[in-house]
Order: sequence, then structure tokens, then C-alpha cells
Amino acid sequence: MVDIVVVSHSQKLAEGVVDLATILAPETPMRAAGGKDDGSFGISFEKISNAINEIYTEEGVVILIDLGSAVMTTEKVLESMRGRNLKMVDCPVLEGAVAAAVISAEQAPLIDVIQVAEATRETAKF
Amino acid sequence: MADSAKVIEVIKKIIADIDEQKLYLTELDNVIGDGDHGINMARGFDAVNAVIDTFEGKDIGSILKAIGMKLISTVGGASGPLYGTAFMKAGAYLNGKMEMNMDDFIGMMEVAIDGIMKRGKAVKGEKTMLDAMIPALDAMKESYAADGDAKKALDAGVAAAEEGIEYTKTIIATKGRASYLGERSIGHQDPGATSFTLMLKAVQALA
Repeated sequence: MVDIVVVSHSQKLAEGVVDLATILAPETPMRAAGGKDDGSFGISFEKISNAINEIYTEEGVVILIDLGSAVMTTEKVLESMRGRNLKMVDCPVLEGAVAAAVISAEQAPLIDVIQVAEATRETAKF
Repeated sequence: MADSAKVIEVIKKIIADIDEQKLYLTELDNVIGDGDHGINMARGFDAVNAVIDTFEGKDIGSILKAIGMKLISTVGGASGPLYGTAFMKAGAYLNGKMEMNMDDFIGMMEVAIDGIMKRGKAVKGEKTMLDAMIPALDAMKESYAADGDAKKALDAGVAAAEEGIEYTKTIIATKGRASYLGERSIGHQDPGATSFTLMLKAVQALA
């Protein structure tokens, strides 16, 4: 199963996104990597790395981020893990997490999970 | 027996019917939900419509899977993940098939309903789409086992689904936003049960 890591500047936000997606897809492994190491607002290289390591399988992990300023740190983590099946996806973090979690629960391969998460960029709310 | 081209024809009818009924579905949802079921479903099937040309010549499993992926990513609310899961399960069940018969359809419905129950943590009798789906499946199974006639079985399925919609008027919602209304949800039919019945009717019309 493709796993999901939610990166956010806020620990609560990352955990909340994971909690909500878990309601619909409890079988999909997900981890929250929110806030800095001391719990304050920001992005933590350490937390992202740990989250990926905790759930990594060869089927792959998608990493969803809340704001553009999380991109650089996440890229650094991915660079430090070269050769692994990891993909940072550009999408709304909550919509993307729910969609990715549900499709992953249906045994979809990484390429499909990425496609579904990316497609949530175009989903209007009303 | 339906081939992949026939399945595409049915999907096109579902797209058109959902679009035609989107205001009605939304009206139903306005009363007991958050008033977006029709609009959401129409948006999802509109996204399917945008890629329908790519379905030509593909196996039925791949077509249903592609629809599931579109619904999951474009239908907001709970119905996206629920219908999306149903189509994904159905697609996995019919993987690689260029043709399907009534046994395939019944088997596909079975895994799709299982998927919805698991994903929605729901059972029959909670005023949801399942209240149309489960009776429809049971009726189709029973009729097909008795007569071996696919058309008759689909007629029985649609009749049972419509009864299921009526039944949803008589019960209290315990799932989703409609559950906030408690007893006040009585008297109103479930939008999900209605949209499912619309889809089954499209299958019936073209079978």
C-alpha cells in the first residue's frame, strides 16, 4: 500500500489532516510531520525523515505539504533518501490527503495515488 | 452480455442523467444534508466526461477504475470517496474483461457495496445509499437465480431500489450530516439512495 506523510507548519494541522483522512481510510498508513522539533510553528527535517522512515515500504510514500515554504525542507529530506520511492505532490493538503488515502486503500499503485492527489488541485468547493 | 463499448454507452447516460438531475439531487440534500450532493456528483461525472474518449477500446475494469479515480479526486463531500471506492472495487473485480454478463454485474455490485460499507462504516437501515443498493442487489440475485433473465433481474433491481428510496423516507438518519436532524429527517428521502437508483436505471435502460 502507498503510504502518506502530511507535512505542515503546524503540528495540530498535520495531525488533524491525518485524523480526518483516517476516518475514511483507516487501513492506509499515514504519518503527520507538523511543526518544528520543539512543537513550535515551522518545518522539521527530522520530523519529516522520521515520519517517512516509520512507514516506508517499496510501494512508495507520497508527501503532501501545506505551504510552499515547506518545499525546500521536504526536498532536502528526499535528497537524503535518494533511491527510495518517494514523491512530493503539489495539491491542497486536506483534499489531497483524503483522496490519496482512499485510493491507496484500494491498492492503487504510486502513480495513480499521485494522479488522484494532483487532480484535487482542480476541485472547486462549491 | 455487455461489451466495453456498451459500458461506455451506459456511463455516458449516467453522466447525462446526473447532470439533468443535479438540481433535484441538490434539493433533496438541501433538506437533510448540506445541499451539495447533486452539484458534487455532476462535477465528478463532468470530470469523467472530460476523459471519456480515452475509454474507447479499454477493458471494463480499467474504465471503472478510471471513473473511481476521477470521483475520488473531484467529488467533494463523502460521496466522492464512497462512490469512488465502489467504482474502484468494481474495476478490480472486472479487471481485464472486455465483456461482462449478469453474473459479473451481480458480483461487481457485491464488492462495490462491501467497499462502501467498509469505507462508510455503514450498514442497511441508516438512511444512506445502501438502503437502495442492498435491496437492489438482493432482488437482482433472486430474480436472476430464478429466471436467468438479465433484463428481468435489472427490472427487479430498479423496483427494489425505488422501494429502498421510499423506505429512506420512513427512517431516522444516523450517518452523515443528515444525522444532525434526528427525527426531523423522517419524511425525506436520501439523496445518495436516489443517485444510486438513477445510475441503476441507466444500466436498465440500455441493457
